[in-house]
Amino acid sequence: MAANIGFDAVQQAIPAAKAAPPRPAARAGDMAKTLRASAMLIALALIWAGFAYATDGAFLQSRNLSNLLRQMSVTGLLAIGILPVVIAGAIDLSVGSLAALTGALLAMATAQHGVSGSAAFLMTLAVGAVIGGMQGFLVSYQRVPAFIVTLGGMMALRGVAIGATSGNTIPLPEGWINTFGTGYLPASAGWAITAAAVVIGTAVAVRARARRAKLGIASASLPQFLLAVAAGAAVGLGAMALMASYEGLPIPVLTVLILAVAVHFVLTRTVFGRHVYALGGNADAAFLSGIAVKRNLLLVFVGSGLFAGLAGALLTARIGSASPDAGQMLELDAVAACVIGGTSLRGGRGSVWGALIGALVMESLNNGMSMANMDAFWQYVVKGMVLVLAVWMDVAAQRRTSEA
Amino acid sequence: MSVAALEVRGLEKSFPGVKALQGVSFAVSPGEVHALCGENGAGKSTLIKVLSGVHASGSYQGELCVAGTPVAFAGVRDSERAGIGVIHQELSLVKELGIAENIFLGREPRRFGVVNRTEMLLGAAELLRTVGLDAAPDLAVGALGIGQQQLVEIAKALSRRPRVLLLDEPTAALSEVEAHRLLEVVRQLAASGVACVLISHKLDEVLAVSHRITVLRDGRSVASYPATASGPSVERIVADMVGRELEASLQRPVAPPASNAFALEVKDLALAPAVRGGRSPMTYADFRVRAGEIVGIAGLMGSGRSELLLALFGAYGDRVAGEIRVAGQVLRERSPRAAIAADIAFLSEDRKRLGLILDDGVRANIALAALDRVARASVIDAEAERAMCAGFVKALRIKTRDLETPVRLLSGGNQQKALLARCLSTKPKVLLLDEPTRGVDVGAKHEIYDLVRELAREGVAVVMASSELPEILALSHRVVVMSRGRTVAELTAAEATQESIMNWAAGERRPLGAGDGSEYRV
Repeated sequence: MAANIGFDAVQQAIPAAKAAPPRPAARAGDMAKTLRASAMLIALALIWAGFAYATDGAFLQSRNLSNLLRQMSVTGLLAIGILPVVIAGAIDLSVGSLAALTGALLAMATAQHGVSGSAAFLMTLAVGAVIGGMQGFLVSYQRVPAFIVTLGGMMALRGVAIGATSGNTIPLPEGWINTFGTGYLPASAGWAITAAAVVIGTAVAVRARARRAKLGIASASLPQFLLAVAAGAAVGLGAMALMASYEGLPIPVLTVLILAVAVHFVLTRTVFGRHVYALGGNADAAFLSGIAVKRNLLLVFVGSGLFAGLAGALLTARIGSASPDAGQMLELDAVAACVIGGTSLRGGRGSVWGALIGALVMESLNNGMSMANMDAFWQYVVKGMVLVLAVWMDVAAQRRTSEA
Repeated sequence: MSVAALEVRGLEKSFPGVKALQGVSFAVSPGEVHALCGENGAGKSTLIKVLSGVHASGSYQGELCVAGTPVAFAGVRDSERAGIGVIHQELSLVKELGIAENIFLGREPRRFGVVNRTEMLLGAAELLRTVGLDAAPDLAVGALGIGQQQLVEIAKALSRRPRVLLLDEPTAALSEVEAHRLLEVVRQLAASGVACVLISHKLDEVLAVSHRITVLRDGRSVASYPATASGPSVERIVADMVGRELEASLQRPVAPPASNAFALEVKDLALAPAVRGGRSPMTYADFRVRAGEIVGIAGLMGSGRSELLLALFGAYGDRVAGEIRVAGQVLRERSPRAAIAADIAFLSEDRKRLGLILDDGVRANIALAALDRVARASVIDAEAERAMCAGFVKALRIKTRDLETPVRLLSGGNQQKALLARCLSTKPKVLLLDEPTRGVDVGAKHEIYDLVRELAREGVAVVMASSELPEILALSHRVVVMSRGRTVAELTAAEATQESIMNWAAGERRPLGAGDGSEYRV
């Protein structure tokens, strides 16, 4: 071995490492990821095609797809909220009940106690974060299993919601919060945002690619890269065209997308996010690497509660009233969305985009089956089977790649 | 002479790249206690796995005979049926179940298809009398101390009425009183006609109970002698265990450091016992390490080597009493986080369980402990991170296709180097290494040795625990020997030899050469 192995020697070695020629893009991990993403999109396309056939095309009309995305926003918010919890190797089953409770608090504060919309909204988020934090404290510092804490939370918070509202539905008074739940940005503003997103997205992709090349890290070939960028831009512009031909860009959908970008950034680009993945990947290794295991675990629960609070506000705003039995089973839809999107319940693996597509799959099934006039019971049967099937395929694919 | 209860002739067994056994022969008569001694890696574990049927017949060469009949075990059940009972080093009891349920686990006496609890409790009570354990048979095993649990293990093995009983380090986790009691039970079992094979590092107890001793070295049985009053001395056994030849490629350490500053000072360090009835695995440690010095921590399995390093690194939190100073500063907070902040780094002996995130890439694994160093305002600079990792991959010659390859696809040596890179990424001044070359091929082993020497030359204080004495001797400027949870000796490079270390480690508290070993008899 060459002399000088300390950190400084390593720094000196960097120029040489940078100069290494780019290697061909043939990496098992990436292949599996790409395969998985395309399988998910193909499955979604098949589901949509099936419903289009079953509803004589009504499913694919812009009005319905716009509705579908709006319906998806609550599940989507909950899914990206619990995603860090699941990646950290824990679970949060309380978010459906917590959303019902916070939604009810929002309506009660504004309708019954004359609190201003903004103050009530902030209070809703704060209550969500605090309750999430309390559960997180029990899980991390007191070592009560997350499944138990949040299952208890799911029951207890539902009870609190029913008690607080005396079981009544509380209408939400007029205000900006209604717009938050039901409003649309006019097509012109929507186009501007979409165009900006496409430009920024392309710039980020080009910059990342340039960096990889500079560091000698393999990336997709140029045609593949251009195709991927073009496809991304086409999806964005196509979706916007669809929205524009109905009412415009729904504000809840825009909210979810912005928050998804934010969560994605936190998970993949910050120290905290990487520590969360490490926690789920190998908690002992994370601890011995000096990661503040307990604090990080507490924080992901705070985040999950915060998103549940936001989802509760959105739920109430979209419907225009808060009902104590709102959001039932939503926690399971959110977990299912994460899992269908490739998140491992053992922790360490998962992405925001996967969770969003998973939420879209779940909501497409809900929406499509009711449009096709199928009995409601089928929704449960089919959603349950899709969930198991998705994980089965994933496990089978994993086994094959790890054996290869 | 009666027919041997168990006879092994010319046993050979290879694993890819390693010859674990290359000619082991010995015979045990009914009523005899036969001790097998050898260093770590001498082949004892492999031998037990062959005898207990874990390594099926056909995967090894040589002959096994039980009561004069050649046997070929296809699995563990065959071995049990032939009358071989095994007490493994790690307890295999279900803590939540009762003593009787543990003893008859999987073979519960039944009547009309239902477990016959009365018969089970009665049977267990009788077995407990045999092993001299005074406890109700329906008591949960978790309520017993380790020594008592070990006796339950023996009762469990006896319930199959074995002809031969193999005991693998049965006293490793026991206190002296418990160990005496267990050995007394072994002696009585032998007196009742069971052939006992005792595997132990503790030569005093070996000499106390055995009728015959066979020494294994490098997968061969190299010596065998009766343990009568005129039998072998401890020194003789140790000499046979370690052999005379050192690995030629391992040269002795070079210049000791000129620096006088202590990088690490450990005073009176002790770890509180974890569980009820448990014994602390590390009760006393006291030593100092200078900057640029390599101090080896030697000791037998279970002597507290790993626990010492984990305690230094803060992994046990506040359960550790005593004082740790780094560069003169007292380290108050006990956590890996605080240790890393105080410029300590730690390499675990169990890289898969305590080190790597197997599915993650090389980059993510290397950078894990030092993300703060490549981040601005908590946002990671991906370029700086990759550059840092690429630098380590090059400097440590980690063979990987690229930085994103999952570490589980790397060889053991390269996985170990990736973890070393993680240690170095925090720029430590004190480096704690636990079995740094375990499960690593020879080439990578020497690269790691060179790396450790180089780090010391650059002024890092290295504390290296290892079960491989040649490795300790080749690298260490000083050797601290641990025995039964305590640091018992500190030897200079000149004083440290395999013999002197083994003498201290095996429990002798006196300098070498002060007796013939006869006083070790109980």
